[in-house]
Amino acid sequence: MARIELKNVKKSYGAVDVIKGVDLDIRKGEFMVFVGPSGSGKSTLLRLISGLEDITSGEMRFDDQLVNNLVPSDRGIAMVFQSYALYPHMKVYDNMAFGMKLAKAEKAEIDRRVREAAKMLQIDHLLDRLPKQLSGGQRQRVAIGRALVRDPRVFLFDEPLSNLDAGLRVATRLEIAKLHHSMEDTTMIYVTHDQVEAMTLADRIAVLRDGLLEQVGTPAELYERPNSLFVAGFIGSPKMNFLTGKFAEAKGCKTLGIRPEHINVVAEGQGEWSGEVLHAEDLGSDNFLFVEIGADEPLIVRQPGKLKIALGSQVSLQPRPEKLHRFDHNDAPIR
Amino acid sequence: MQQHKLLKNIAFYALVIVIVVFAVFPFYYAIVTSFSTGSQLFQVNYWPKAFNWANYEAVLGGRNFPRSIMNSLFIAGCTVGFSLFLAVTASYALARVRFRGRGLLLMTILAVSMFPQIAVLAGLFELVRFLGIFNTPWAMILSYTIFTLPFTVWVLTTFMRDLPVEIEEAAIVDGASPWVIITQVFLPLLWPALVTTGLLAFIGAWNEFLFALTFTSSESQRTVPVAIAMLSGASAQEIPWGPIMAASVIVTVPLIVLVLIFQRKIVAGLTAGGVKG
Ligand SMILES: Nc1ncnc2c1ncn2[C@@H]1O[C@H](COP(=O)(O)OP(=O)(O)O)[C@@H](O)[C@H]1O
Ligand SMILES: [Mg+2]
Repeated sequence: MARIELKNVKKSYGAVDVIKGVDLDIRKGEFMVFVGPSGSGKSTLLRLISGLEDITSGEMRFDDQLVNNLVPSDRGIAMVFQSYALYPHMKVYDNMAFGMKLAKAEKAEIDRRVREAAKMLQIDHLLDRLPKQLSGGQRQRVAIGRALVRDPRVFLFDEPLSNLDAGLRVATRLEIAKLHHSMEDTTMIYVTHDQVEAMTLADRIAVLRDGLLEQVGTPAELYERPNSLFVAGFIGSPKMNFLTGKFAEAKGCKTLGIRPEHINVVAEGQGEWSGEVLHAEDLGSDNFLFVEIGADEPLIVRQPGKLKIALGSQVSLQPRPEKLHRFDHNDAPIR
Repeated sequence: MQQHKLLKNIAFYALVIVIVVFAVFPFYYAIVTSFSTGSQLFQVNYWPKAFNWANYEAVLGGRNFPRSIMNSLFIAGCTVGFSLFLAVTASYALARVRFRGRGLLLMTILAVSMFPQIAVLAGLFELVRFLGIFNTPWAMILSYTIFTLPFTVWVLTTFMRDLPVEIEEAAIVDGASPWVIITQVFLPLLWPALVTTGLLAFIGAWNEFLFALTFTSSESQRTVPVAIAMLSGASAQEIPWGPIMAASVIVTVPLIVLVLIFQRKIVAGLTAGGVKG
């Protein structure tokens, strides 16, 4: 329900600057994902928005209201923590009801809201259990349920899936996406270091690097028009190939980027590049070829469907020219 | 091979028995003595000859001994209550609130607990006199609390530090004040530590002698250890071993019962970090 504006927000711990000036406008009802490598300041930025940490300088507004000095419970936020952070000695019901009890809500109202949230997350049969009697996935649902009960303006998630195993992670990701669609007015901010999670969940992604915003945009924008070498390398899986030296000079740039899926295997002698196949990975739907073309690292090529290329054989490769990314000496794109 | 193993087993249990005998024998001998009277006292007996309750009747029938037990109970109880309350609030600050000099403060607290009692006796006496609580239970409660707090604070701080920060933050987001966090979120998780430190504080206060002797003057204010020391026999030359041992047994039994009741909690408490979200 809230529009969140950050204006030149900075955060330092003593002499260490962790967030070095962030301007960001998060729209009402948007699903915003903060993504970046470990230590880039994602959690810190989220905690600044939550109010668990005070900002050192700058301005933060929720719906045009200055919240710099507002405590978390007055900001109308709810947070889902990485370790779930359920109260170990309270039953699921009491875990979910705790916030409303502290806010002195009416018993009947609390009960209605807890049961509604529990039903929505399909944990209504678990209300009488203690957290230690639940599986990891169930605990995660309870943590989300606890946040839901508070009916927040802003939903904050800090790497909520990183403690789950792979299968559960995909399922819970889907749940969170569904949750977002069913609560169109609620702004959600989600922190992850996993770019796949970011790409699949986000309305917009903010890429962080060393306490600064590198780029903000929709998943498609980041994928198609990365604003820096860093973003180009961070978004997409497998990673974009980067070529330097003569390969880049031929296109008039310092670094040439091309995604694995944008390189075609062509008939002998027809391609711009050629080399020996060092290794191949067959995922069934896709093939990944690792080709030695004389660059710093083997070139990764992604080919859909079945491909019959023997290891050690020579292949000719043609990049799709409109998909080439050229970067200058400052790692900025040349367009 | 078999024999070797058997030998090892025997050696092991022999050692266990030696240790147990060493640890338990003095107390056992006290019990045996407490059931003997007259000249029996001066024979070395390893088994009680007869169960003679005369010593117990003498002790409990005395004018002041039951009164001393009540004094001790009150003083030890209050000491536990005060020191736990102060220690929980202090250790929350020490474990969770970031402030300058926290490490130094923690070391100071530990250092304070290393002073021998006798070193602070004079100063404490002045304090007691100044507060006008000489010869009242409050003199002991004050001094025991002072002596128990460092250890209690130290242990609880260690425990509190081990509690996941995210649980506290979840409570903050839920709108909990520090007081609510301490009482409704942390205390239920700290039970084992509270029981352990509380029990140790209780035992310390229950057995303390020096302060209790110094800060009381009238018989009715004495605590149990002092009362036992002051038990006198028929003549000045006779030490009444029988009643002394009976009294010692009487005051030790409550401690043993407490320890047995809370045994599991104590083990959990001593292996710090046992509380995990
Ligand atoms: N309380 C703190 N005191 C000092 N430095 C901190 C504190 N919290 C985080 N940092 C530092 O801030 C940087 C960013 O941390 P964080 O926001 O947790 O990164 P991320 O979540 O992106 O992995 C790290 O280098 C970390 O060491
Ligand atoms: Mg983080």
